[in-house]
Amino acid sequence: MSKLSQKHLLGIKDITPEDIELIFETADNFKEVINRPIKKVPSLRDVTIANVFFENSTRTRLSFELAQKRLSADVINFSASNSSVKKGETLLDTVNNILAMKVDMIVMRHASPGAPHYLAKHISANIVNAGDGTHEHPTQALLDAFSIREKLGDLAGKKIAIIGDILHSRVALSNIFALKKLGAKVMVCGPPTLLPKFIAQLGVEVELDVKKALQWCDVANVLRIQLERQQIKYFPSLREYSLYYGINKRMLDGLKKQIIIMHPGPINRGVELTSDAADSPHSIILDQVENGVAVRMAVLYLLAGAK
Amino acid sequence: MQKKLILDTDLLDITIRRLCQQLIENHNDFADTVIIGMQPRGIFLAEIIHKKLEQDTGKTILLGYLDATFYRDDFRRRETPVKANETRVPFIIEGKKVVLVDDVLFTGRSIRAAMDAMIAFGRPATVELLVLIDRKYNRELPIAADYIGKVVNTLTSQRVLVELEAQGHKQNKIWLINKD
Repeated sequence: MSKLSQKHLLGIKDITPEDIELIFETADNFKEVINRPIKKVPSLRDVTIANVFFENSTRTRLSFELAQKRLSADVINFSASNSSVKKGETLLDTVNNILAMKVDMIVMRHASPGAPHYLAKHISANIVNAGDGTHEHPTQALLDAFSIREKLGDLAGKKIAIIGDILHSRVALSNIFALKKLGAKVMVCGPPTLLPKFIAQLGVEVELDVKKALQWCDVANVLRIQLERQQIKYFPSLREYSLYYGINKRMLDGLKKQIIIMHPGPINRGVELTSDAADSPHSIILDQVENGVAVRMAVLYLLAGAK
Repeated sequence: MQKKLILDTDLLDITIRRLCQQLIENHNDFADTVIIGMQPRGIFLAEIIHKKLEQDTGKTILLGYLDATFYRDDFRRRETPVKANETRVPFIIEGKKVVLVDDVLFTGRSIRAAMDAMIAFGRPATVELLVLIDRKYNRELPIAADYIGKVVNTLTSQRVLVELEAQGHKQNKIWLINKD
């Protein structure tokens, strides 16, 4: 099998473990490609991709754009802040106008959960979800799992703790789906107000004490506090959050084992992760960024390649 | 399904030895020559030839594996994309004499893709092609091999099956298969 079971990548929930494995194997090859003297392959030279970003992004958009360029696709970028969306155009109209210009694929980030699913029902182009509100961020979860696999091998049985603002995090949800599908054990850890009420139903362990979570895990995926999504106060102050849930190098050195620290970025240094922890040998944060390009190349290649 | 034996173990051995001798004639001590096996099936032959050449010349010869999947011209034209394989070219091929090795030369399209893929590792001085089986009358591009194990007249509908011990088969054998 060298074909994904889906036409779109809307979320990890919809894809199979075989799909994930195929994406990883393809990404292995693309990782070799992006480390060559000439980092480009001509596979997608007759494909046009629109990056439609209704929400801010640095890493994801750059990573997707680079992945597309490394595959020789033609790329157009669209961000809502300087577009006709401000004049009142609907999502479907905006996207249909882009598609009328003969675009084959849409990479979309949107603040509303389910926006790419809605779009998938109405248009025929391939859609890649680059984050929909607090719902899913599939390529981030894939690159996180890919990075763990690179360091620790097969994910089955590995213990991964996701620490921080689980409630507002699409990275957390996609990661839980991906890691569970690959057979890993998952724990979420954060202040009770930032843990979704029914999270345990996804088959994850819940821990309120960050020290216990670190002791338990092989990998800690640390998430940012998403203040922009918090309309009410979930904890008294950032200072208090960092006192109780911030991770520093001293805590890591105090563990009896070597664990891996991950962060999807952007880091709020000194809040969820101190600088000495983020820049320590434990951290694979920059490997994640490099792998992001390879994994996104694999996703785009496999989606574009299916007739 | 009809199967016809084209090369048996002994003949294949003689053929491979002859190909190695031809390579030694043209490349002497292999100082500037590299051998690149084409994924997925050419690498086994490349390994066999590489081993023999190192034995015969007593020199260390560079060997790489090249996967041309991302350079194919049938992407988005097939039902399922071709699965990629590992590329391992741990040397710069700039200025080198490259011997591309594949098991069967058919339409010539994978060789075209391979030449494209190779350029990503530098500009070789020369590129030669070695194939075990040259399927005559099936070429779709102006591509010819420099070293040929055996020329076989085949129909497009037929298939050449290469079984090598290195691939886990009992004996080295090459078959021509009629698909009906």
